[in-house]
Amino acid sequence: MGTRPRTPHDSTEGAGTLDRDPALLAVALDQTTHDAEEAHWTPAKIAIWGGISLLGGLSWVMLAVVRGETVNAIWFVFASVCTYLIGYRFYSNYIQKHLLKPDDRRATPAEYKADGKDYAATDRRVLFGHHFAAIAGAGPLVGPVLAAQMGYLPGTIWIIVGVVLAGAVQDYLVLFFSMRRGGRSLGQMARDELGKVGGTAALIATLAIMVIIVAILALVVVNALAASPWGVFSVSMTIPIALLMGCYLRFFRPGKVTEVSIIGFILLLAAIIGGGMISSTEWGAAFFHVDPLPLAIGIIIYGFVAAILPVWLLLAPRDYLSTFMKIGTIGMLAIAIVIVRPEISVPAFSEFTANGGPVVSGSLFPFLFVTIACGALSGFHALIASGTTPKLIEKERQTRFIGYGGMLMESFVAIMALVAAVSIDRGIYFAMNSSAALTGGTVEGAVAFVNSLGLTGVNLTPDMLTQTAKDVGEATIVSRSGGAPTLSVGLAHIMQQVAGGKGMMAFWYHFAIMFEALFILTAVDAGTRVARFMLQDSLGNVFPKFKNTSWRTGAWLTTGIMVLAWGAVLIMGVTDPLGGINTLFPLFGIANQLLAAIALAVCMAIVAKRGMFTYLWIVAMPLAFAAVVTISASFLKIFSTIPAVGYFAQNRAFSEALAAGQTSFGTAKTVAAMEAVVRNTMVQGLLSILFVVLAIIVMVTAIQATWRSWKSRDFGTNEDTAIPSEMFAPSGFLPTPAEKELGASWDAQARLEKSAKSNR
Amino acid sequence: MNTVEHLKKGARDLAWFVKGIMGEDAYDKYKAHHESRHPSGGGEAPPVMTEREFWRDQTDRQDTNPQGRCC
Repeated sequence: MGTRPRTPHDSTEGAGTLDRDPALLAVALDQTTHDAEEAHWTPAKIAIWGGISLLGGLSWVMLAVVRGETVNAIWFVFASVCTYLIGYRFYSNYIQKHLLKPDDRRATPAEYKADGKDYAATDRRVLFGHHFAAIAGAGPLVGPVLAAQMGYLPGTIWIIVGVVLAGAVQDYLVLFFSMRRGGRSLGQMARDELGKVGGTAALIATLAIMVIIVAILALVVVNALAASPWGVFSVSMTIPIALLMGCYLRFFRPGKVTEVSIIGFILLLAAIIGGGMISSTEWGAAFFHVDPLPLAIGIIIYGFVAAILPVWLLLAPRDYLSTFMKIGTIGMLAIAIVIVRPEISVPAFSEFTANGGPVVSGSLFPFLFVTIACGALSGFHALIASGTTPKLIEKERQTRFIGYGGMLMESFVAIMALVAAVSIDRGIYFAMNSSAALTGGTVEGAVAFVNSLGLTGVNLTPDMLTQTAKDVGEATIVSRSGGAPTLSVGLAHIMQQVAGGKGMMAFWYHFAIMFEALFILTAVDAGTRVARFMLQDSLGNVFPKFKNTSWRTGAWLTTGIMVLAWGAVLIMGVTDPLGGINTLFPLFGIANQLLAAIALAVCMAIVAKRGMFTYLWIVAMPLAFAAVVTISASFLKIFSTIPAVGYFAQNRAFSEALAAGQTSFGTAKTVAAMEAVVRNTMVQGLLSILFVVLAIIVMVTAIQATWRSWKSRDFGTNEDTAIPSEMFAPSGFLPTPAEKELGASWDAQARLEKSAKSNR
Repeated sequence: MNTVEHLKKGARDLAWFVKGIMGEDAYDKYKAHHESRHPSGGGEAPPVMTEREFWRDQTDRQDTNPQGRCC
């Protein structure tokens, strides 16, 4: 077996079966037409691309070289958009042409497996929206906010360069390979390509990573809502609103999705306004004031209930609402930033690049790259790109627009989050994002702490903190870490200049909190459900009964296990004397990047198996970078002797203090708190070890598979057999002239058929 | 086309796009698919689901095949 050397895979493979009767309309433009269109540089085209390059270059100069006293936010927009356009036009085209070689003569799963439900060809522009709504969440909003500690430039460069060379490449490749395999999941592809060991490690890693990601997202919500009666009221109102929408769709007007979303949106606005009124009453402020711990327990109970309730009742309607809010708010923020163009006084590189600071511990390398995961390179997307999207794609060439282009959009969301975070006063930023352990949770404490940092140009006064808190309708903004509150202040600050003025700031703040909480809660119960099915599937290999997913007891049991797993991490984060999010967020980033490394490793094995070693670097480069970043970050978290950085160093410091009979150590003021630190750091350290070991196993098996392909020259593929397509659709957002022409012929034929039918 | 027609077309396109993104066109797509596979009078075509049945079936399928939402 496998002794006969085969030729490297290329687009001509299976050409015989894909030949189409020349009498019929073509289902694809041939490669020469594509090449000719591409090589045809009209003066207008040259002028446009020249203009884009010049504007992009100028913007980077303004951001990175000129760096005056202040820098205008518009340069962030131009630098990112121009770089995305160039990356999309040239780099993704290069990948398409040399590495992936999509063949539009082949039918996609949406065509050959069409069932009108799960597999249904979807217009590329609509699918772009679907895919974007599925990949964009709280991640790209939170990470850049925390990384703003290091100044604006490191985050900006990583988000923009990272997405072009790594993040969008990963999404594009995974989407394409999954599409070629009938929409198989990342886990299945890992098993196919890497064998049992690599596949199993990938599966366990994915499951563990999902747990940590759900836990930390929930922690972000807890931190945003704790002690905020307004937020608690308006966010908890989303549950009855969703239930109402669910019943409306189920019993009253099935399928009227847009209508019900508009109703839901209006109710949501009412909930935000109502929250303001209720929190200003004495009973409301008292009743909806919930401390972090009970809030966390509430979210855990909610997560369990939401994950076992039928989808139609809670998850589906809230998903509609969340999509509606997500696309609307992101669009609104983009327009607002262009209109307001805030001046940014944060330095390009802050005082905290070398050794970390109060928000993120550790040096710029590697911790910038794990703090900003989503927006630059997000492994979680590989699960989406190998989930629903590949089953809906009309034509193979569209994977570039949807996979690569969709990720560029998410990156732009991250840039906007960064702009929102750096547009607020630096003093306020540090007062909000330093843990209560440092600020004492009081205005005086925060002012003393922030001013003691010795930041240039920062002079925080107690009045600034109390006034901002008053403006946004909160009791306090001190130590509201987790990213969401800071982003909301930034968004409110920008939006009030467009609509409503200072008086509307509180509304915009709570609108932003609601917007984030909505899709985090959706991610929490969707994540719990997905994890539950993965666990059931794995357990089913040992206890066959678990394979039956409609077995109620098994479903509840596995849901309970998953909820307890992330719930435990959440409680740990909430009660952590060291400040929770600041110690746990690196774990989130590392987990997400390790998943990216796993996805890229699988892609590398696939590319090698196709025999395309000349272009292997396209995958190997981001994989190597992700591997170096995550492994070194993990090793620092495990082996560093600096307590602020290393989990076990922290653990040792507190254990020794306890052994020495001390009753207070560092920020832990009681023996119980010290014991909590010992416990938490141990768990966090063990999780780091688990992640990095699993990811290394996957990467090693992928390198082995690549090496085997290289040695044996036995090329092949696990792709589904090529089936000829019977339809045509353009590949990019706008059709090219040749595509337009062919599309018009198809339209004409469709009209002819229709009239022939009606004449009969 | 005059301005009014342009505006009308624009509004129609926008409605089509919003409905597509929200997933409202799922039933239409299902019906179109069903018709293309089983043209009327095709003899033993499987029964087409009513709108209500379709949406129930859709959420029930999501119950057993959940889709993740990203972080």
